[in-house]
Amino acid sequence: MGVDPAAIGTVLEPVSMDIERGRLVAFARATGQLDPVYSDLDAAKNAGHRDLPVPPTFLFAIEQELPNAFQWGLDLGIDLRYVLHGGQDFSYHRMAYAGERLTATSTIAEVYTKRGGALEFVVKKTAVTDESGSLVADLTLTLVVRHPEVAA
Amino acid sequence: MTVLDDASVGTELPALRIPPISRTTLALFAGASGDTNPIHLDHLIAKSAGMDDVFAHGMLSMAYLARLLTDIAPQERLRSYGVRFAAITPVEAEPTCTAKVVAIEEVDGERRATLELIAALPDGTTTLAGSAVVALA
Repeated sequence: MGVDPAAIGTVLEPVSMDIERGRLVAFARATGQLDPVYSDLDAAKNAGHRDLPVPPTFLFAIEQELPNAFQWGLDLGIDLRYVLHGGQDFSYHRMAYAGERLTATSTIAEVYTKRGGALEFVVKKTAVTDESGSLVADLTLTLVVRHPEVAA
Repeated sequence: MTVLDDASVGTELPALRIPPISRTTLALFAGASGDTNPIHLDHLIAKSAGMDDVFAHGMLSMAYLARLLTDIAPQERLRSYGVRFAAITPVEAEPTCTAKVVAIEEVDGERRATLELIAALPDGTTTLAGSAVVALA
C-alpha cells in the first residue's frame, strides 16, 4: 500500500513548543556537546547570546512535541517500522534562543516512488516561526518508506 | 578568526571523532530530541522490522556533524545545513565526522563557504553525506 499522492499539499496542524533551557542542556548532553555556550547561560552571554542558543538541528524537535509525533504518517497509511529518515535540510533565517515559543507548520510537499514501488518517498516541508509570525527557519524532511512486499 | 576563516577551497577541517554510541546515548537523545521512535530503543521492535538490533537516530549523527560546524564557526554564521542519510549507524558504532571546503562564493553581500560533510564508520561506510553553507568573517 502506497501513500495516496492526493495527500500532496495537505497542511498539518501547527505545533508550538516553549524552548526551555533545561531541554537544551539535555540535548547538549545527549549529543556530547561540550561547548559551554550550549549549556551554560554565562558562557552563552559572554559569547554575545541573549540566552542559550537553539542548536542547528534542535528545531526538528518541535513537531516531536505532539502526543503522537508520527500521527501524520499513520494518517497517510505508513507503517512506522518501515520508515527510514532519508534526508533532512535546514535553512536558517535567524538564531533562536531559550525562552522563545516557536511554531512549526508543515505541508506534505511531495510523494513519489522508486524501484518499482519498493521505496516510497514522502517529502514534508516545515516553516518554523516565532511569536510575531516571523520565519526562523525552513525545514525539509524526506522520509523513505520501505515496501518489502514489493519485489525490487 | 576561526579555523574556517583561514580556509580555502580544498581545506579539510579538523575531524570530530565520536566515542561508541551506547544504548544509553540513544535513550538520552530520544528524550532530548523528542524522537521516541521505538526502532532506536527497543530491540524487539527493531527485529520485527527485520533489523538485527536497534540503531542510532539519523538526527543524532546530524547533531554530531552540527557540533563540527559550530566548532569551526559561531552558529550565527550557519546559513543552511542538509544531509542525506546513506546507511544506518549501528548501536556501539564510532562515527567520524569530516568537513571539506568545496566552494567559497560571494552571496548576498557576504563571503560564504560551502562545506562537504561526511559521517563515516571505521570500515569506511558513509552513514551521512551532506553540505552546509557558512558565512566567513
